[in-house]
Amino acid sequence: MKFLIEYIGTVLKSISSLWSGMRLTGYYFTHPKEIHTQQYPDNRATLTLGERFRGEVVLTHDENNEHKCTGCTSCELACPNGTIKIVYKNVVDEEETGKKKKAIDEFVYHLGMCTFCNLCIIACPTDAIKMSHDFEHSTFDRKSLTKILNKPGSKLMKGVE
Amino acid sequence: MINKEEIENLTQAHEEDFILNVGPQHPSTHGVLRLKIKLQGETVVHIEPHLGYIHRSIEKMCEASSYRNFIYLTSRMDYLSAHINNQACAMAVEKGLQLEIPKRAKVIRILMSELTRLASHQLWWAATGLDLGATTPFFVGFRDREVIMDIFDETCGSRLTMDYNVPGGTMFDLHPNFQKNVHAFLKGFKKNLPEYHQLLSGNIIFQNRTKGVGYLSPEDAVSFGCSGPTARGSGVSCDIRKWHPYDGYEEVQFNEVLETAGDCYARYCVRMKEMEESVKIIEQLIDNIPEGDFQDKTKAVLKLPKGEFYSRVETARGELGVYLVSDGTSKPYRMKFRSPNFSNLSALRQIAVGGKIGDLVANMAMLDLVIPDIDR
Ligand code: SF4
Ligand code: SF4
Repeated sequence: MKFLIEYIGTVLKSISSLWSGMRLTGYYFTHPKEIHTQQYPDNRATLTLGERFRGEVVLTHDENNEHKCTGCTSCELACPNGTIKIVYKNVVDEEETGKKKKAIDEFVYHLGMCTFCNLCIIACPTDAIKMSHDFEHSTFDRKSLTKILNKPGSKLMKGVE
Repeated sequence: MINKEEIENLTQAHEEDFILNVGPQHPSTHGVLRLKIKLQGETVVHIEPHLGYIHRSIEKMCEASSYRNFIYLTSRMDYLSAHINNQACAMAVEKGLQLEIPKRAKVIRILMSELTRLASHQLWWAATGLDLGATTPFFVGFRDREVIMDIFDETCGSRLTMDYNVPGGTMFDLHPNFQKNVHAFLKGFKKNLPEYHQLLSGNIIFQNRTKGVGYLSPEDAVSFGCSGPTARGSGVSCDIRKWHPYDGYEEVQFNEVLETAGDCYARYCVRMKEMEESVKIIEQLIDNIPEGDFQDKTKAVLKLPKGEFYSRVETARGELGVYLVSDGTSKPYRMKFRSPNFSNLSALRQIAVGGKIGDLVANMAMLDLVIPDIDR
């Protein structure tokens, strides 16, 4: 008899605690306004990200196709996993001295290896690189993850040493 | 490698024994952990965890990178306590440099650590519900965690692997909206916490599945090296924040949560109460963030003097120790991490053997294992 009472008691308690859980579920079912989910691919146009958000490393260019990277390799040295590789070329400084000097030929960035740690951005003395907010990186081809960040024909901005 | 004990255990299997493989791809192992289980009927008689499916040799990689860089590899160990791992490494380097970081940086670090702990416990709570067959907790837990993730996103720049600590302080200053957002979070979370208890803690079915299940005695907890909520659920006082305060924990008021029952429900209660303590710590500090620098200026290339440096912190899962040997160059000579999950996993056999296979999931959930931290 005692067992039966206990058993029925447990069943009743279980039902009541199930009910209290289901009540909450039901509450959110009937109050969709309180749900925080964002409809991601549909809300692309209105999606806002924090200003410090780390999407990928980009080299900023101005309207004259000039960037600020002097090729000092600080970023390359600061990177924990060899994501950045700076390739040089020799250019002739025509306007002033006429001497040969080094400039970057290619700023190679292996997006697939980047851990988005921000160390390269901090290390850069001229603020040439920054993090963009673009985060949709998936591709079908691994090769497309290796990027050349300096645009073709771009050159060093005047006055940046 | 199969050791002698295991061979004996497996070869001596009786006809009615059943060998079951759980993982490495199984939803309730929360990662790539493989458990070899010997069953007699429904009773578990032996468990053998097999590790190494996500080994990335983080310790060795640390030895090849500079003192500034290695910190960020540790975000990938216990990814749910990424900020606290980073803090432990930054502290070890600061010990070597004999650097006293600014007051503001310390407070920021504590605030971020406690937010990380809250986010981690919320995720654990969500996943526990799912493991034991309730789906709603998963969404409720993630709803509150999302708010913390947004706070991290705004101030640190990323959501999960924050990479916010540098030797000497933090990478950036707090975002201007930080205080406002944390206040909004605290208000919302305090309102939502009763829902957590309504959904799981008070549920009879949940209580029956966790009360008296997976008993771990305090002696065993100590001898297996358990730490964090797993050990505190057995009544072992081991909170590093209390015993060896770091980065200004000695100045905040909070209680170390202890439960003596030693079963799954006790471990559950410890984590639930720890959330309240974390809220308490954040409330004390959020309006009193000292002005000043957020970072001490350090050289571009850090060189530590010859010697050994050890730092320990309390992550969401227990004690993380960082042991660093320097030979005077710009790279560590040897790195060793004492990770909490590895020791906590070793107690699994003790608590699950003799129980039913259905309880194994509850036991695993209450240990709150993060597999990348076990393998490193
Ligand atoms: S964000 Fe980090 S990993 Fe990525 S390129 Fe910069 S330094 Fe390297
Ligand atoms: S991006 Fe900055 S740090 Fe990197 S090479 Fe150019 S100037 Fe130097």
